[in-house]
Amino acid sequence: MTGDRLQATGDSKNAAVAADLLLLVFARCASPVARRLKRLACSLRPVACSLSLFLVSSSVFGGVLPDDRADALYHRYEGGGVTIHGPSVLVRKKMAEKYSISANYYMDMVTSASIDVETSGASEYKEERKQYSFSFDYLRGKTTYSLSYTNSEENDYEAETFSFGISQDLFGDLTTISMGFSKGADVVMRTISDPGSGGRIVDPSFEQDIDRWSYRVGVSQILTKNLIAALELEVITDEGYLNNPYRTYRFVRPDDERKFALATEIYPRTRTSNAVALNAKYFLSYRAALQGGYRFFTDTWGIRADTYSLGYTHPLGNTPWVFEVSYRFYDQSKADFYRDLFDRADQQNFMARDKELSTFKSHTLRIGASYEFVRNGQGFIKKASANAFFDRISFDYEDFRDARFSMLDDSDPEFRPAGSEPLYSFDANVIQIFVSAWF
Amino acid sequence: MAKYAKRERSTNMRPTAYRHPPAACAQLRGALALAALLALSACGNIEPWVKPYEREALADPIMSFDPHPISTAYTHHVFEAREGARGALGSAGGGCGCN
Repeated sequence: MTGDRLQATGDSKNAAVAADLLLLVFARCASPVARRLKRLACSLRPVACSLSLFLVSSSVFGGVLPDDRADALYHRYEGGGVTIHGPSVLVRKKMAEKYSISANYYMDMVTSASIDVETSGASEYKEERKQYSFSFDYLRGKTTYSLSYTNSEENDYEAETFSFGISQDLFGDLTTISMGFSKGADVVMRTISDPGSGGRIVDPSFEQDIDRWSYRVGVSQILTKNLIAALELEVITDEGYLNNPYRTYRFVRPDDERKFALATEIYPRTRTSNAVALNAKYFLSYRAALQGGYRFFTDTWGIRADTYSLGYTHPLGNTPWVFEVSYRFYDQSKADFYRDLFDRADQQNFMARDKELSTFKSHTLRIGASYEFVRNGQGFIKKASANAFFDRISFDYEDFRDARFSMLDDSDPEFRPAGSEPLYSFDANVIQIFVSAWF
Repeated sequence: MAKYAKRERSTNMRPTAYRHPPAACAQLRGALALAALLALSACGNIEPWVKPYEREALADPIMSFDPHPISTAYTHHVFEAREGARGALGSAGGGCGCN
């Protein structure tokens, strides 16, 4: 048996394993969408097997795993009465040019006195979120198999996500296709005041679950020797307690229609969203890069969103400096059950006043610089850079009003009746400072 | 009435080519299968129109879609926590924990 035939036999097994893994992933799911996908997957099993076999058996040259690198980042978000900052560390290492592992630690330290907190009458609060991620990649020929696990913990929220992905280089490495699946399980809790200590404790009588499923397919394509493009489609479906247990909707007070009262939001227990994104990057002849992107989003809650982005990367001659500038525009329509001010309590089955579900636009301007302080190797480090990025984000809400104006005393000249307050808007500053080293 | 008559006529006057006899169906399926096979074989033999030695520009680090993965993951999280849209960001996602 020749080496080629051995390789072909291995590839056939690979293809069958890949197809069966995808079917197994679908089969393990219990949501209505997953059941539909499972039926679809079963009916397409022969096609999936043939496609996988075709993809895998087209291997001619080896693919490439990501470089060995370590990154340490400090991030800070400040805007709308919220400050979030913390570290993030990412390490990735290859082994035997076939395996790659990575680990990421990420932390958010939150201090919040947002408009939602102020409107609810609560005082500023502080909390922390810690997230650990691990991933494993296996490269065989031109096929990369990926597994990853993420765990996120707060005192009142836990989330776990498992992901599986497969990608394949085709047509002389001009094309890379990929597909992936993620399964998430969240636990939603809430904190209450402890009458004994006066502090806050987790409410032992409240614990809710969310199950999440994500299905992705993508293709990246070298179009010319200066242009590459990528198309990605992702379907996400959630089932469970999708509310924020602290957030409220507001309705006109029956005894004084210039004021409002609050009640806990009620959301549907399912949500399915579709997003498709197209990105392209073009190399300019004087060594610079131009990037453009568009994403279309729609979901079963009635939200539609369009995201446009444009970026420019400019290395400064042969110096160690690289500068970046980009602009992002985001435009969203509201969820069907969102209203800034309901006419009365329990007006409809589902009621939300989360500004993330309202109609709004955001503009983001980014500037950034990278400085390579190790360019030609030093010890075991091949290359290292220091980087700083600054984003200015402006959020302009079109049907979310600043309710603080109707909470003022009637005699205050700033007072505005509920429903006629000024529309809310705020700006946020986001800073990222990080060091990257390749080894 | 004339409109209904016209619709009825157009239904009755369906071209005979739409009513495939079983043999014609089999031929059509065979032709489609052959076309699919040819398309697949053609795919297998596609010559890369950008040769490996012509990819110097594409291999430049500034042409990476994700040159700073640690920063990209954070930036996605910033937007996902404040916007209704989600997904198709080229990442496997993770727990949001943004309540």
